Amino acid sequence: MSAPRDKLGRPIVVVTGMGVVTSLGAGKQDNWAKLTAGESGIRTVTRFPIDGLKTTMAGTVDFVTVDPFSSTGLSERLAEMATGEALEQAAIGAKADFPGPLFLAVAPVEVEWPQRLELGRAVGRTEFGYEDMLRVSGGGRFTAYHRRFMFGSIASHLAETFGTKGSPISLSTACASGATAIQLGVEAIRRGEADAALCVGTDGSVNPEAMVRFSLLSALSTQNDPPQAASRPFSKNRDGFVMAEGAGAMVLESYESAIARGAKILGVVAGCGELTDSFHRTRSSPDGKPIIGCMRKTLADAGLEPEQIDHINAHGTATPENDKMEYNTTAVVFGEHLPKIPVSSNKSMVGHTISAAGAVEAVFSLLTLEHQRIPPTINYEIPDPAILFDVVGNKARDAKVTAVMSNSFGFGGQNASLILTREPV
Amino acid sequence: MTEQKSPAKEVWITGIGIVSSLGEGLDAHWDALNAGKINVDDKRFAPYIVHPLAPVTFDAQIPKKGDQRQMEAWQRIGTYAAGLALDSAGVKGNKEILGRMDMIVAAGGGERDIAVDAAILCADAKGNSSPGFLNERLMNDLRPTLFLAQLSNLLAGNIAIVHGVCGTSRTFMGEEAASIDAARIALARIEAGQSDIALVGAAHNGERSDLLVLYEFGDFNLTEKFSPVWQREDRSGFALGSAGCFLVLEAREHAEARGAKPYAKLTKVVADLAQRKQPGAVTKSLEALWPKLGVGDSGTLITGATGVEPVTSDEKAFLRQHPGFAVRATGTIFGHTLETQFPLGLALAALSISRGALFPPNDPTGLEVEKAGSPDQIVVVGAGHWQGEGMALVEAIK
Repeated sequence: MSAPRDKLGRPIVVVTGMGVVTSLGAGKQDNWAKLTAGESGIRTVTRFPIDGLKTTMAGTVDFVTVDPFSSTGLSERLAEMATGEALEQAAIGAKADFPGPLFLAVAPVEVEWPQRLELGRAVGRTEFGYEDMLRVSGGGRFTAYHRRFMFGSIASHLAETFGTKGSPISLSTACASGATAIQLGVEAIRRGEADAALCVGTDGSVNPEAMVRFSLLSALSTQNDPPQAASRPFSKNRDGFVMAEGAGAMVLESYESAIARGAKILGVVAGCGELTDSFHRTRSSPDGKPIIGCMRKTLADAGLEPEQIDHINAHGTATPENDKMEYNTTAVVFGEHLPKIPVSSNKSMVGHTISAAGAVEAVFSLLTLEHQRIPPTINYEIPDPAILFDVVGNKARDAKVTAVMSNSFGFGGQNASLILTREPV
Repeated sequence: MTEQKSPAKEVWITGIGIVSSLGEGLDAHWDALNAGKINVDDKRFAPYIVHPLAPVTFDAQIPKKGDQRQMEAWQRIGTYAAGLALDSAGVKGNKEILGRMDMIVAAGGGERDIAVDAAILCADAKGNSSPGFLNERLMNDLRPTLFLAQLSNLLAGNIAIVHGVCGTSRTFMGEEAASIDAARIALARIEAGQSDIALVGAAHNGERSDLLVLYEFGDFNLTEKFSPVWQREDRSGFALGSAGCFLVLEAREHAEARGAKPYAKLTKVVADLAQRKQPGAVTKSLEALWPKLGVGDSGTLITGATGVEPVTSDEKAFLRQHPGFAVRATGTIFGHTLETQFPLGLALAALSISRGALFPPNDPTGLEVEKAGSPDQIVVVGAGHWQGEGMALVEAIK
């Protein structure tokens, strides 16, 4: 008997395990309960002083601690938690023996301020430069910081902990990273290279410099009070995104392999698409063609028509530009069918988990399919009259959902979309 | 799998772009390699040694000054090398092809504003550390667009903006292994028909005190006196190098249809991650990868060996198992260029095959030996300074 294939003759890629951590909590159950209740995970930052910052709130994951603290260490821990949950659900392989590769979406890594200040103090003078810091950096005193601040360190830790196979891939496509990790896993299974892949997105990078960087680019909301009301996707009074932390993990498998081992299938990654925008480092091409092309490539990859999509899990960052551009481009792709598609942005509640967002939102999209219930876009009090989406405003909505498109767009012209379905299409 | 997979497509290297401490372009590099040229600077960061970028007129590949200003050095180096590769493949400005060309860049991050860092650290050392001090200084002193010059995926972003490479765009991170995986995934995608043509490569600015600090944490830097990588057992370390290297990989049918001239074909890329807890772990990892290449017991091998211990000794032990192979180490010639080292090895392999000769050894220890004749297969090896091992096979097209 021939193996089950999709319309294009490729192995069907299914999801057999999922894990998630956000500012709302750890695990699918907690996140789903709060998400559908319209709760916000955004709060005033307490991890470090906020004096002098324009934006003082974020979706920090405060219930997870790492010692000594670093954003990279927190990212690693969040990834570990989400992966643990996903593997427990998938019940695949043996403990610390996952039978496939790892694709990890992760924020770029660098030495962080607490460690830099420690190094500066080690110089023992009050006037010095990097050349002086260099003289005290070696000799074993800071050995742990080499490993901690290597770009590959989180993936290496996960590969060892969970026993993934081969060379683990750490990747960044900015705010589309989580979707790209899933896409790489899908491609590997479609090539027949692997029967299973572990795809994880993680981000624990709410720290002073990261907030300042986005702030200087005028990307963040400054509606600090109350913090829960700051993230306002599709609203007229939206003014930027809210930084957040979290992780999402997925076990992908070929349909054939999942069926053969009797695994419970949670959903299908029916299509992936990606198209780069060369217009500007942070802005989309005004004609929206790359985003339109990205969504169309994704539909084609899934072998679906626009009319077959019945929910969009939007990128919906709540920046003035993103939401407008997302609406304009989606309207072109879906045309007359658009008013029939309920659209929602999880970022209204969990904030923008940056490198993790694509993975976190893919998990939420599959939970939407499972529960046939769409989480709301909260803080939707003053709809933007220029954005004519059927926004699932403020309250969760029960709906028949068979195919979800999840969009991710990032700095550097990164556009990636996924289509997730309950059953093979 | 019960169904027959369609046979893997043959993948050609049809474009090469290199800029490094030895100059820019293929002719300059070929001449420098044959002349045994090495460019080191032991003064600027003394006692640390670096291989500085040769003088380059960035305008030639990045015509808009505004674009150049938006980039840090590593992005300029990479965008420049990418342009050279596209030129070399004959696709520069070909919007139809560039619009669907896939890209995998292996990247680290950009340079910090070291003056801002130093001012903050000195103020801290003077006891000036009110709760909002760090925030205020960063808000006031950081250049707003510096972030974009530091973001890993913005090398790919700049290549898209400057050269119009606009299919898929993926940035892999993770030091040396990132570019091994970039080549591995790009090859696998083309072989499987998921992609027709791809730009793959990396860039590194080795002239950075913040990077020297990072590697000094692990005592990885070479100091005081330059020596070839095979001669560093007593004083191990790498000398950071500046370089950018990109390759255009293309399905044979696609290249033939547009009349492209190949340098060589890329037959295999394999990689693994050894847990380096036991002595000899890297030797074992490389030995396990070796049979996957399917090569005989003699030939040519280009390695990115770093000069760092214990990995370099582990690699020597592996090389001793394959005495029929003439070895060349790019680390001696170019310094250690992290993510760029593996593409550089692939580029020099393809270049040597296309020129019908291997460049001469540059090693007084005798590990590297003369090799006459035209190589028809070259193995490229990469073992990262702290993790990640990989290999590729580059072959002549018959």
